[in-house]
Amino acid sequence: MPMAEVKTLEAVAVSHFFDVSRPFLQRVFTREPRRSLRAVDDVSFEIAPGTTFALVGESGCGKSTIARLAVGLYEPSAGDIMFENQALSSARAQPAMRRRMNMIFQDPYASLNPRWRVSDIVSEPIRAFRLARGSREVQGRVGSLLAQVGLTVRDGDKYPHEFSGGQRQRISIARALASEPDFLVCDEPTSALDVSVQAQILNLMRDLQQRLGLTYLFISHNLAVVRHMSDRLGVMYLGRIVEQGPAEAIFRRPLHPYTRLLLDAIPDLEQVGRARTPVGGELPSPIAPPPGCAFHPRCRLANERCRVEKPVHVWAGDVQVACHAVEEGRDG
Amino acid sequence: MPLLDVRDLTVEFPTRRGLLRALDRVSFGIDAGEVLGVVGESGAGKSLTGAAIVGLLERPGRIAGGEIRLEGQRIDNLAPEPLRRIRGRRIGMIFQDPLTTLNPLYTIGRQLVETMQTHARLTDAEARRMAIGWLDRVGIPAAAQRIDAYPHEFSGGQRQRVVIALALCAEPALVIADEPTTALDVSIQAQIITLLKGLTRDHGTAVMLITHDMGVIAETADRVAVMYAGRVAEIGPVAAVIRHPAHPYTDGLMASIPSLEHRVNRLRQIDGAMPRLDAFPAGCRFHPRCPRVFGRCTEDPPELIPAGPTQAACWLHADG
Repeated sequence: MPMAEVKTLEAVAVSHFFDVSRPFLQRVFTREPRRSLRAVDDVSFEIAPGTTFALVGESGCGKSTIARLAVGLYEPSAGDIMFENQALSSARAQPAMRRRMNMIFQDPYASLNPRWRVSDIVSEPIRAFRLARGSREVQGRVGSLLAQVGLTVRDGDKYPHEFSGGQRQRISIARALASEPDFLVCDEPTSALDVSVQAQILNLMRDLQQRLGLTYLFISHNLAVVRHMSDRLGVMYLGRIVEQGPAEAIFRRPLHPYTRLLLDAIPDLEQVGRARTPVGGELPSPIAPPPGCAFHPRCRLANERCRVEKPVHVWAGDVQVACHAVEEGRDG
Repeated sequence: MPLLDVRDLTVEFPTRRGLLRALDRVSFGIDAGEVLGVVGESGAGKSLTGAAIVGLLERPGRIAGGEIRLEGQRIDNLAPEPLRRIRGRRIGMIFQDPLTTLNPLYTIGRQLVETMQTHARLTDAEARRMAIGWLDRVGIPAAAQRIDAYPHEFSGGQRQRVVIALALCAEPALVIADEPTTALDVSIQAQIITLLKGLTRDHGTAVMLITHDMGVIAETADRVAVMYAGRVAEIGPVAAVIRHPAHPYTDGLMASIPSLEHRVNRLRQIDGAMPRLDAFPAGCRFHPRCPRVFGRCTEDPPELIPAGPTQAACWLHADG
């Protein structure tokens, strides 16, 4: 494996199912079996310290489920999430480990308590983990956290509604940094923001990473943002990582037909007036994914094998890809 | 004369704390068969412009000045009933969320037939045949069977296809599409854009495409209007605006978009945020954030001034 020994986070064959059965009585009457949705299916990846691993994919591909698994908000149905070589499930009782990971959410309007002042929001982790003694020391920490994300000490006295979307996301970041974490999960942190504000937040996140040596798991549906932020990249489709490797390698030469579709589908500034040939087909339901390779109904390279046999990951240089066509060399 | 001609459109909201001018002398035109992209950040006034054109301003908002002409006829001062007839027949609308456009209680066939029969004399059989034709054209597979399905039986992308059929089936001269692909995944978004572009070109329909996504504009639009704080900051051919923006705001906006082609260490950012409706600065509304601000900008609001191939509301271009 072309990776360093120390891993901040490692997912080992992680799966997560949701029970989507109808209520018990209804099942009895209609003789329906239990049904489960396989949101994450046998996913493995590693994140080296101080780097950014990005997960990209369309809605329903399981990327937000992984975000929640990575910070322990969900427990995996199978497999293990390891934080610095220690299973997260065993760490539930260890606040020391929980302190070292945090999350930034997509919607800065929903993730901040509207009844709390900003200073209370940011100081909560400090108080919860007893990282400072006495209110003066807490307030001092809050002040320096707010300064770190480009806000002023006086902003601490205000309520979240007094801020714009971008400033609220700065507050979320300050709160996430308050417990002095090493690892941050960022679930679509700029999707709710306008582009000029998005640039401010992305720049801030990169600055903080360099300054504090943070490790990021970065979740996004926006490939251009992912390209800007990530060192390594995983492309997800219906609960599985179909391609992963160094971001530069994947952007330079995408291998999996789905990665190619995604890259091709993005309207790009540099292609004014491009006439495109869009790929047809819809995203299948994750409750009843197609057999074999889940992407085969939309794939122009699919053959009989793809319809029956689930592809496993094969190495192509630094990149891991799960595709029969790539493995057999019929990808043109 | 352009098919749609908007001149000095001003929209105001009276509030207890005074009059808020949400749109300030917005002017542009769209020719038949042309796609005008309207781009800007949230609160810039893009959707409000669309709503004002079709007469769907929410109270207490009102048109306080200017003129809107469709095929030479003024439509900004019409009574509700004649306006309703124009809307739907000569102006089609596509919104972000297809579920707000489609009636969940009616089959999509009934909604299409009703729309066509409202605007043209058609027998039920004719209208149904045409509805199937439209569903076929927007790429609904097995249209003849699916016509009797209800909106919830379709996926998000297919619903947006039905909405497009509904907007185009009365063969309007102008289509206003407000963030038509924002709720869709990228691979589906590409399908919808190609469809919209193809159908409107075939029918010579003028399109006003409102979106915050500059990439969508780049691929779809012929010309683009960049809006900022209720005004048009720059307008011109899409290639010129993207490659050689004349307004500092457009320039900053383009540079702040991460690129797929190459990676930079830092994105250029425009510091600050767009001012709120009740706190527009005097002079050019962009001047507090502008890297090239000078004396005149703080006092005198600029009009659109020719700047090479585009027009920009910026005093930098005042001398030619």
